[in-house]
Amino acid sequence: MALALKSSCFLQLKKPEGGFQVCFSSKRAIISVKRYTPVAAIRTMESAGLSATFKRLKEQGRVAFIPYITAGDPDLSTTAEALKVLDSCGSDIIELGVPYSDPLADGPVIQAAATRSLEKGTNFNAIISMLKEVVPQLSCPIALFTYYNPILKRGTDRFMSTIRDTGVHGLVVPDVPLEETESLRTEAKKNGIELVLLTTPTTPTDRMKAIVDAAEGFVYLVSSVGVTGARSSISGSVQSLLQDIKKATTKPVAVGFGISKPEHVKQVAGWGADGVIVGSAMVKLLGEAKSPQEGLKELEIFTLSLKEALP
Amino acid sequence: MKMLACKLQLQGALVVSKYSRTRELRDGNSVSQAVVTRENFKTKVPELTVTYVPSPTPSIQTKDLPITTSGKFGRFGGKFVPETLVSCLIQLEAQFRNALHDHVFQEELGLALRDYAGRETPLYEAERLSEYYKRKNNGKGPDIYLKREDLNHSGSHKMNNALAQAMLAKRMGCKSVVTATGSGQHGLATAAACAKLALECTVFMAAKDIERQYSNVRLIKLLGAQVEAVEGGFRDAASEAFRNWVGDLENRYHLSGSAVGPHPCPTMVREFQSVIGKETRMQALEKWGGKPDVLVASVGTGSNALGLFHEFINDTDVRLVGVEAGGLGLDTGKHASTLTTGEVGVYHGAITFLLQDQDGQVVHPYSIAAGMESPGVGPELSFLKESGRAEFFVANDQEAVDAYERLCKLEGIFPSLEAAHAMAILDKLVPTLRNGAKVVVNCSGRGDKDAAIVFNRGIFDKA
Repeated sequence: MALALKSSCFLQLKKPEGGFQVCFSSKRAIISVKRYTPVAAIRTMESAGLSATFKRLKEQGRVAFIPYITAGDPDLSTTAEALKVLDSCGSDIIELGVPYSDPLADGPVIQAAATRSLEKGTNFNAIISMLKEVVPQLSCPIALFTYYNPILKRGTDRFMSTIRDTGVHGLVVPDVPLEETESLRTEAKKNGIELVLLTTPTTPTDRMKAIVDAAEGFVYLVSSVGVTGARSSISGSVQSLLQDIKKATTKPVAVGFGISKPEHVKQVAGWGADGVIVGSAMVKLLGEAKSPQEGLKELEIFTLSLKEALP
Repeated sequence: MKMLACKLQLQGALVVSKYSRTRELRDGNSVSQAVVTRENFKTKVPELTVTYVPSPTPSIQTKDLPITTSGKFGRFGGKFVPETLVSCLIQLEAQFRNALHDHVFQEELGLALRDYAGRETPLYEAERLSEYYKRKNNGKGPDIYLKREDLNHSGSHKMNNALAQAMLAKRMGCKSVVTATGSGQHGLATAAACAKLALECTVFMAAKDIERQYSNVRLIKLLGAQVEAVEGGFRDAASEAFRNWVGDLENRYHLSGSAVGPHPCPTMVREFQSVIGKETRMQALEKWGGKPDVLVASVGTGSNALGLFHEFINDTDVRLVGVEAGGLGLDTGKHASTLTTGEVGVYHGAITFLLQDQDGQVVHPYSIAAGMESPGVGPELSFLKESGRAEFFVANDQEAVDAYERLCKLEGIFPSLEAAHAMAILDKLVPTLRNGAKVVVNCSGRGDKDAAIVFNRGIFDKA
């Protein structure tokens, strides 16, 4: 029975050779045009890299706003929309977290987001194909935030060329301290990826100098000892840390960990930071919203409120 | 401030003498038993940066330098942690090396191990177990000895390390200790050591482990420690303990229970556990005037195996056999055989063999023994595997349970289900050994905590 049906279908399809086929292929062409032409068009106005972005902002007397979201939470298509929302609300760089099974540097909010994302089946390839589509539609550069093991598993060289091909500009690897960054830096450089390095309140001054020397794109100043996640206030020591770093380098410095309110953003910018990074608060909005639409709406309102607090 | 204090301490530290006990043997040979320290230590100021790397003759080439500052064993190990922790770990290493070469600390530790933990632990000749295997093989077979770490206070080898590190924490001026435990044995040892030393103690444990090892949880609580339940498995508990530590580096001490994690944790745990092997060497000499031929130990993350093996790494005539948990069988994917089936990756701060998927995500391991359920293994064991110095086998749940019951019936000893994995491999190992070979199996823990699991399983099987 099924065989008969199949063969009859086959016959039907095959019979009207002219009309059908043309119709089909033209339909296909429409789809592919829809998918690829705008991409090519936007490619020509490709976004600048991280350091170039900071340079431009500095000239304009502005402080970079850098939101972080976890890829695949609540799902990858929402992530794609969120990237566009963040971009259109005036984000200067977007940090996109690749979910990992053992996120040692992350607090409960981002940890839970990673777990949800992985449970949904998010994997590296899916993130890459999402980025391939979305990155060309963004005006700001993307920095990937990923733990080391997924890079190692893929092979550092292959990983770097893959993300380069999607148009990603920067990379943050939270569990690789300076001593172990050599191969990462070499491969990143080869592929034009800026490897951002982190310095923290527990980093001795000499070590901090070595870190800022090797950092590319910007220096990531971790505001507090501990894991990622919102804090009620930002430690005043950040101000002196910023001064120390500024003495050691002319590279831009962005402050992250624990920043969740317009007041924080304003304060940190006032202390002389070149950028502020807001993570868990963003992730929380998207992850805990009743629906993706609602999450995106809240994300937009929140981003605008933070953006407003910045010069 | 802390860094400065530590620097001063180091400069002021002069090593006066090694701490060792000397025993006269019948034949007049004297055997010096260093409890923890190295012998013939001559340097005045402890070297902070040199890490001892075992030097077995590698059967395959590992390209890395032999001694590094980063705690590498071949290509394994290292320090893959967030920057926040780096200076803290450097400081910990300094404190550890300082303590290692401080005879006062060594003397205190030696005393505590003897009077509190009850060391040394016996090397017991398991005659009926040996007999059992000999009967199967025309009266021939090896002589099996058990290193009775289960007789340690708190019921496992974990006390050796927990006590030493808790003393280190106290010395460093930390107020509280945070740790993670799988089977509860390490949690129990840590809670006991902390009670003794008046340190606050928080133990992170997976919710399902709390359930299946409840007898240990009850004891941990009675010892005044706080037990925090964590969703997921042991690795999640370990991550959570880590995060908790990062939250207050000034006052908290992260007491790693196994030879995993970032440098210097694996070296530190190995050093404090190596007392097992040192005693074994001495006891073997006393008992049969030679060395063991084969050493057998279970491998969860590797602390009891390394503790037994390390002393003998350069004695290439001693076979080192590690046994991993095969769970429901390797083909089911429900196991914890990291060295046998894992790939090289970064797990909890070090490069080791790791159970991971094609995306580099860590896979959940499984074993009937909570203490064997780790997706990663220590870097030094990974090195011993890759260099071919140690061999690794797999025993599954059922084999471990059978071994547990066998040891109960033949010797009147309850081994922990973790240790039972080591016993279980005897079935396969013994027929390959010559008559009269001396086999030492590390009975790393006592099995009261697993009695319900084994007992209920027996009932279900019969039903």
